[in-house]
Amino acid sequence: MTKEDIKQVVLDIIADIAPDEDLAAVKPEVRLRDQLSLDSMDFLDIVMELRKKHGIEVPEADYVQLASLDSCAEYLHPKFAAKGK
Amino acid sequence: MSSQPRIVITGLGLTAPNGNSLTEFRANLLAGKARIAVIDVRHMGPQPAGVCDFDATKWQKRKEIRNGTRVGSISIYCAREALADAGLDWDKVDKSRVGVYLGITEHGNVETENEIHNISQFGNDTKYWTHHHNPRTVANNPAGEVTMNMGITGPHYTIGAACAAGNAGLIQAAQMLQLGEVDVAFAGGVSESIHTFGIFAGFKNQGALGAHADPTKASRPFDKNRNGIVISEGGAIYVLERLDDALARGARIIAEIAGWCINSDATDAVLPNPERQTECVRMALRRAGMSPQDIDIVSTHATATALGDVQECTALRAVFADCPGTRINNTKSFIGHCMGAAGALELAGNLPSFADGWVHPTINIDELDPECALPGLVINHPVKAAKVETILNNSFGMLGINSALIVKKYGVA
Repeated sequence: MTKEDIKQVVLDIIADIAPDEDLAAVKPEVRLRDQLSLDSMDFLDIVMELRKKHGIEVPEADYVQLASLDSCAEYLHPKFAAKGK
Repeated sequence: MSSQPRIVITGLGLTAPNGNSLTEFRANLLAGKARIAVIDVRHMGPQPAGVCDFDATKWQKRKEIRNGTRVGSISIYCAREALADAGLDWDKVDKSRVGVYLGITEHGNVETENEIHNISQFGNDTKYWTHHHNPRTVANNPAGEVTMNMGITGPHYTIGAACAAGNAGLIQAAQMLQLGEVDVAFAGGVSESIHTFGIFAGFKNQGALGAHADPTKASRPFDKNRNGIVISEGGAIYVLERLDDALARGARIIAEIAGWCINSDATDAVLPNPERQTECVRMALRRAGMSPQDIDIVSTHATATALGDVQECTALRAVFADCPGTRINNTKSFIGHCMGAAGALELAGNLPSFADGWVHPTINIDELDPECALPGLVINHPVKAAKVETILNNSFGMLGINSALIVKKYGVA
């Protein structure tokens, strides 16, 4: 799975948990919170969906790594690779 | 209650299995149109149930709907519709002086069952249990969702009162208005119970779950062959104000709260006690300054259980034995048992009688149970009454909670 694929995985999750948001213009380098209406419960939803759909665990200390799409891709890429994805 | 401020209804919003507005609901009650679906209940398969089809996105963002509860959506829809009906200038209302008081039969079962099912797909590992569970299951959830949606900063809570809850919500609001705790109240009852299999299984194993080849005939109060309750969802929320405030803003007054009573059987968890029900109705009449002959419509609780209907009719016979002008009906024969919403919806369906003089019937009576034969019972077809100026709304619930609420047409003595 490429980093671009991982960004799409995260965007697909966000589309489910924030269905009112327009995700077409999300900038990968900008913090998600600065461009979308997401709160702490929403980020917990992202963590939960990564766990349920992809078997990926994100420890609480690493939540900050999910700040932007780019940081998500950097952080999650080795985790997906470890899963053979 | 004469020394207390008078309380009036100035707005109403509802969703019922056969209507998403009072106009639609009332038309179906007068036309004898029941609406009961067959739904697939987890672990139980197809069951008759009353399902509401209001558009939740009318008043909520999709994320609100996703993060909240079904009963939260029902509550927001009803409260927003009630606000529109009341004609309040919402921007100018002091939101800290608005209260939300919603009756519920139960809350939290739906979300808890869903999460137990969810983690069962992951080896019952609780790390898959949603972090939304607690805000969704706290007992104030439906009322709290209303405050967040509408920006209300006054008090909010639910009133747990089994199937007497719809009346209990209205009574609580009237009391808070009389105490001066709030200036405007959103009050009534709500239910999402069709989404929990536990309530179906519980009634089934109690021998009290209604069934019929035609789901619209499954709820048959007072019929000799009735066989139990049809579980439904729904909501009815009213805007209540003190009379003086309503008059000052030129509000349309739908009805006046005349009297009420809530008491307890203190006898059995599930079998109603007619003696206590009689006392409840008599106390409500006394507080309203009325005699039984003053009541034009009695809206019965009438769940369609074998014993419950007989017990209620025994109680009503004791109070209304000498009331030839009193008409008696029920609404569950059309929409099933909307649990926490039942009392509030049943009152709503009768309120237009003040204006049009028609009394809607109880339907689905093919053979009247002699033990439920009450003088004045309106069977299968509506009747035109000489006058309708008062309604007694009865709602009773498990653990022996009884509620009687009397409303009257505004402007009559």
